[in-house]
Amino acid sequence: MIDPEELKRRVVHALADADVEVQDLTGTRDHFEMRVVSSRFAGQSMVDQHQLVYAPLQDWLKTGELHALSLRTFTPEQWKKAQERQTRTP
Amino acid sequence: MTPELKSRFDDAVQKHPVVLFMKGNALFPRCGFSAAAVQILQQYGPVHTVDVLAEPDVREAIKEYTHWPTIPQAFIRGKFVGGSDILRDLEERGELEAMIKGTEGG
Repeated sequence: MIDPEELKRRVVHALADADVEVQDLTGTRDHFEMRVVSSRFAGQSMVDQHQLVYAPLQDWLKTGELHALSLRTFTPEQWKKAQERQTRTP
Repeated sequence: MTPELKSRFDDAVQKHPVVLFMKGNALFPRCGFSAAAVQILQQYGPVHTVDVLAEPDVREAIKEYTHWPTIPQAFIRGKFVGGSDILRDLEERGELEAMIKGTEGG
């Protein structure tokens, strides 16, 4: 079982300016959804962006303690646009 | 990862335009993320799937091959593109079809 706050702390620690939101999908503390907004993602491919988030979680992923992680990554600009799109949708 | 598996992966991703390493197969996916990935990809044509549950050594080796910790894993035209979240995002941005058809800009 993983403490969602610890999950968040690790990602924030790895990506200094990251804005991270974590959701426990099943209430079992092993399936999480995470949204990460960071300027570190600028100019990086999506694979590289996800790798940056996976890096501080390697041990949990290896042991299977972290069984599933649904991940969305945004640069601050992309996140701003995504939010504008959301508010415009009827 | 054995050299045999590495060359098997090299061959598979070169031979088929779209390859998905997944849990189960297209008809019977055995994980929600694998199901979502195969469903997104199949809209644009045939998908060559490899069931990692049937081959435990493949399941571990593919993670080393791509340095990617989770399944599913998709390759388009020989290039690793990521897992189900990335496929969903590419689909939402309208970029996936061009990648598969090889008509993306640049």
